[in-house]
Amino acid sequence: MYRYDEFDRQFVAERVEEFRDQVARRLSGELTEDEFKPLRLMNGVYLQLHAYMLRIAIPYGTLNSRKLRRLAHIARRYDRGFGHFTTRQNLQFNWIKLEEVPEILKELAEVEMHAIQTSGNCIRNVSADHFAGAAADEIADPRVYAEILRQWSSLHPEFTFLPRKFKIAVVAAEADRAAIQVHDIGLQVKRNEAGETGFAVWVGGGLGRTPMIGRKVRDFLPEAELLSYCEAILRVYNMHGRRDNKYKARLKILVHETGVDEIARDIETEYEDIRARGALTMPQEEIARIRAYFAPPAFAELSARSSAFEAAKADSRSFARFVERNVAPHRVPGYGIVTISLKAIGAPPGDATAEQMELIADLAERYSFDEVRVSHEQNLVLPHVRLDDIPAVHAALAEADLATPNAGLVTDIIACPGLDYCALANARSIPVAQRIAERFADIERQKQIGDLKIKISGCINACGHHHVGHIGILGVDRKGEEFYQITLGGSGDETCSIGEIVGKGFSSEEVVGAVETIVETYLRLREGPQETFLAAFRRLGETPFREALYADA
Amino acid sequence: MALYRNGSFVADDPWRILGADEALPAEGPVALPKARFIAERDGLAGRNAPLGVVIEAGEGLDGLEDDIDRLSLVVLTFPKYTDGRNYSTARILRERFGYRGELRATGNVLRDQLRFMLRCGFDALEITHEGTIAALSDGRINLVSLHYQPASRDEAAPPVAGGHPWRRSSAGRL
Repeated sequence: MYRYDEFDRQFVAERVEEFRDQVARRLSGELTEDEFKPLRLMNGVYLQLHAYMLRIAIPYGTLNSRKLRRLAHIARRYDRGFGHFTTRQNLQFNWIKLEEVPEILKELAEVEMHAIQTSGNCIRNVSADHFAGAAADEIADPRVYAEILRQWSSLHPEFTFLPRKFKIAVVAAEADRAAIQVHDIGLQVKRNEAGETGFAVWVGGGLGRTPMIGRKVRDFLPEAELLSYCEAILRVYNMHGRRDNKYKARLKILVHETGVDEIARDIETEYEDIRARGALTMPQEEIARIRAYFAPPAFAELSARSSAFEAAKADSRSFARFVERNVAPHRVPGYGIVTISLKAIGAPPGDATAEQMELIADLAERYSFDEVRVSHEQNLVLPHVRLDDIPAVHAALAEADLATPNAGLVTDIIACPGLDYCALANARSIPVAQRIAERFADIERQKQIGDLKIKISGCINACGHHHVGHIGILGVDRKGEEFYQITLGGSGDETCSIGEIVGKGFSSEEVVGAVETIVETYLRLREGPQETFLAAFRRLGETPFREALYADA
Repeated sequence: MALYRNGSFVADDPWRILGADEALPAEGPVALPKARFIAERDGLAGRNAPLGVVIEAGEGLDGLEDDIDRLSLVVLTFPKYTDGRNYSTARILRERFGYRGELRATGNVLRDQLRFMLRCGFDALEITHEGTIAALSDGRINLVSLHYQPASRDEAAPPVAGGHPWRRSSAGRL
């Protein structure tokens, strides 16, 4: 994990004081709310329906026990005893007092955390594969590059007042667990034929009102030029992105309206100029310095097979179910990656109480080399657990209602905060997620259905990523009543696709039944359990689903 | 209105910033809107006084490339402080074109953005916001002084202690 040195510590401490000064000017009335808004957003402070919301950066979703315990402490002391993990691998507190924010930031700084650029029209928290450093299929640790990008983008003097927000994600495997093609910049670490490290680069992906899949502008960018190239992309966007309409201001619109070939040429021209001056070319020593922070922990040499693990699977059906869905293969024999579902049936997706955070911190410290990850699917991950220890981890999680064996199943739902919290929302998201989860609560039925991602957004800003849900649900307001529009066939992985609207929306009462109809249609038409919902949809198209949904209409 | 240049407020501004239709004075330094400058460039060539240009946010440098060497003042406007286009224009002028004349920010120039502007190569700030003028006069500007990326002001400066190539510091100056 990256550790602050004196420079980093002073940087964050100065940012706390800078923001304290801005808050004081707001509270004294020197700054109007309009003047203050862009300043507070730059530091993750939103004014929501009921209170201020503070979004804390968790760079590339990596936490340790000390940081997680501090988040638990903040939840208890300054909020209502829980926090909400987000699809940007961040954490939100929803009941914050503005005057307490500087103190919270100070408490965060003590554990090397901050809220810098978690909102606002700037480069947001850089996200990465939540299995980084552990996944069997990765060729490098993508967090090395995410950290380099995090530093470069922090209070960047040229790119702090962009047309709109700007999101970057990094993966280092063919399997895309970070949804890079729906980011402003998507980066895939790869090797060329000469064995050199570099990046495939996509630009102009994004969700929101106008969902678009990113366009590839580089098959192979040399590793050393990552920052030169990103600076070029940002400059083209900053100069030419639309500022006349906030809904048309993202990079995706510029790419779409200008054409990817012309944008790619503009980027290359800027890039050549920046690269020629060399100020951002990364020396190998600097990459190595950052890489050292992400060196693998001291894994033991273990047998790939653990008899304790196998015995527990044979003994306990609930453990076997947990392993089946929530334990992923680790690149080191004898270890597993444990997903902690924050989607207990009936609970708000992504929420964790202070007590749960503390328990997970304890488990991370004891069993996972002190590492915890936040996934963009709003779950937590213990990345490096010995198979021998997984039964004990499972037992401890079960005590705290954290052992729901539903990773990737129909009840592992992404949902935005929705109308329960959000000032932008048109409809509630969390209660719909809860009711769907309750409808499909039977774990045997979930297993029968298999991999199925449901994603729910309470408005067209799409924070719940509904466009890339296998089943996407979008809350809309129709004459004061909440309605839900369903899209099918979206996917945020390496086969990225945007879901298609299947027909007219459903009322809050109808929507759970509609989801069930879709699922039943899939089960009826699939070629077998090996054909996932997404594969079946891609084979069948939307017609049979539409017919089933609107049969009575 | 106050003009802050190279670290202090200056009382005299020798420049006349002309609008699109204002008559050109016979002598003295003048700065013209970009379009007018380009339209009148041949007539301006014979003028024996410093020349400047005013570039609105979004206008960019296209069409001015061959004139930059003879400019002594470039004024870049910030219609709203959230309109960041001219931060890029400033850096391109300084870094790509090697412009060494006065680079002046005007418009919504506020205390919370001053260091971003200076780091992007501005050396003069035309400030109308009373709170900003007062805070700058009293030394009450509270901004992060450490930086993770080179920008125009310190592009070629040696990094701060520790040797990390992109770290810079504004300690001891705005």
